[in-house]
Amino acid sequence: MNRTFPSELIRLTREQPEQPSIYFLEAGLEDRVVTYQELFQKSTSVAAHLRKAGINSGDVVVLLIDYRFDLLTSFWGCVLQGAIPSILPFLTEKLNPDRYQADLRSLISVTRPAAIITFRDFEDIVEDAVQPDSSVQAILYLEDFGLDSDEDALPDFSLVSEHIQDPERIVLLQHSSGTTGLQKGVALSHGAVFNQLDALSSVLNLDPALDVVVSWLPLYHDMGLIAGFIMPILSGIPLVLMSPFDWVRAPYRLFEAVSKYKGTLTWLPNFAYNFCARKVRNRQLEGIDLSSWRAVINCSEPVRWESHQAFYERYNEFGLAQEALQTSYAMAENTFGVTQSKLGSQPRLQHIDPESYQHHNQIQLASEGKPFLTMMSSGVPLPNTRIRIQDQAGITLPENKIGEIALQSKSMLSEYYRRPEVTEKSFQDGWFMTGDYGYISDGELFVTGRKKDLIIVGGKNIYPGDLEELVYEVPGVHPGRAVVEEGNRQQLADRIRRYVTQNSPVSLRFVQIVDPKGILKTSSGKISRSANKEKYLSQVKLN
Amino acid sequence: MSTEITNELAAFIAEEILSQPGRRIDPEENLITSGLIDSLSLVDIALFVEEQYRVLIDDTKLNADTFDSLKELTSLINSRQHE
Repeated sequence: MNRTFPSELIRLTREQPEQPSIYFLEAGLEDRVVTYQELFQKSTSVAAHLRKAGINSGDVVVLLIDYRFDLLTSFWGCVLQGAIPSILPFLTEKLNPDRYQADLRSLISVTRPAAIITFRDFEDIVEDAVQPDSSVQAILYLEDFGLDSDEDALPDFSLVSEHIQDPERIVLLQHSSGTTGLQKGVALSHGAVFNQLDALSSVLNLDPALDVVVSWLPLYHDMGLIAGFIMPILSGIPLVLMSPFDWVRAPYRLFEAVSKYKGTLTWLPNFAYNFCARKVRNRQLEGIDLSSWRAVINCSEPVRWESHQAFYERYNEFGLAQEALQTSYAMAENTFGVTQSKLGSQPRLQHIDPESYQHHNQIQLASEGKPFLTMMSSGVPLPNTRIRIQDQAGITLPENKIGEIALQSKSMLSEYYRRPEVTEKSFQDGWFMTGDYGYISDGELFVTGRKKDLIIVGGKNIYPGDLEELVYEVPGVHPGRAVVEEGNRQQLADRIRRYVTQNSPVSLRFVQIVDPKGILKTSSGKISRSANKEKYLSQVKLN
Repeated sequence: MSTEITNELAAFIAEEILSQPGRRIDPEENLITSGLIDSLSLVDIALFVEEQYRVLIDDTKLNADTFDSLKELTSLINSRQHE
């Protein structure tokens, strides 16, 4: 049987209309329980509005919506209409609206969406960003959809577009990788996503009768979109969803939700383990019971054993089991998961010799009593997935040799949307080149580093070149050479910090202005990012 | 009293959040909208204010509308302490 998103959502709605699909949490409000029937019915209502606006099967619809329930029905409304939704981040208070609009404009020119769904407060920003000659035929506002009505209409399955039976068709676009403003839209087919869900279901032993997914992850990123949204909904597993904005201001809410709903599965980026370990007080954890949590899966940033330890030591007394802490290696281009550690036991650790790791790309276990680095496994490839490690010449390397991770699977992207040249470049001899580095030991993948120089912050991929370009735009900085005028260093550092923060997805913590010749260069005169990073880290103590 | 609170907050932010002890923060300087304090650090400020001054800033109110400068944060603490 050819499964598609609409066919599965219809099946689940028919089989279990009254079953809660989503518990939608918003700080300061009562939790909202949404059944499959309500989810489906409200989504068909969005689909009807899209249809009325002339949006057809295969059209891309960009969703620019803050955290609210209607974001979810907008996504499924697009899917039911056969349109291709793409959820993008919305403007936060730290970002410069001009930059946001410029990025949006450039994304529209590449992706050529037929419509944008947004909300009234965002009207000026969006209307301004859409040029008259663009592909966008309609800007639709949630407020006009009448989604607030409490009327409990029965789902009408006949409203669903009939074109959507081909599992090879693209179901969604996921924009999270690529240079700011020219992000690549990862296009996934129905079939690729279901292959991924099948693989996850088997390695995680998913059980709709027992499992509950709890997530605060944003839906514009693969981890939140797949693991924290599509997977539970299309697997019949209840999803407890909270806003990343609520979580970051009150991380204890995650534990409250797990305890209240007996959550079993959660995915977190590595920084969240440290954040949760340090920023929750015992008075916020009264009566919390985390013993239902069977897997807390560390994914999307390099995984650190020290972070797992800090998390475990903090939450052990609240019932967290050590073997609940798991790892995965994932990327949007493979729908989501590539590897998964084996549930029920701790991910494998290796103490390796730093010298042979750093200078010879070779893994050797450290000798007794000698300095070591602790490496934590990301597990084994999912079913339907193969990985190998290659050197620069494309030769497959043996175990315990570091090289680039190459990937083949049945849940790969169809293409980078409307970017054929980029798509072609990403594959070599039928293997997808991840640009990430790692090694395999006893069949398990250990990831050693992300794409060359790539910086990952909060799961966001940041290209250092993008940040350097921004620094060059700051008054007082000479472009290209990053030589700065003499003057008040503190003021200049503040200007740089503010400018980069407001014009990029990250917030700069530190800006250091160094003396002439303070920046290390390679023999060819280029700034050496890795050497400067090492030098900087040796000089400061990060907290 | 107010000056003392402002100074304590400034020292906490410089040392614990920015890791730049000795950095001067102007009482009127924008903290949140300028990006000086990112969203990951808001909870640190809330915990510090609660533990130091027994003033609870609800997490739904942790944004630039509630305070965006040391001056505003100080007056928020003062008004709550005198409630």
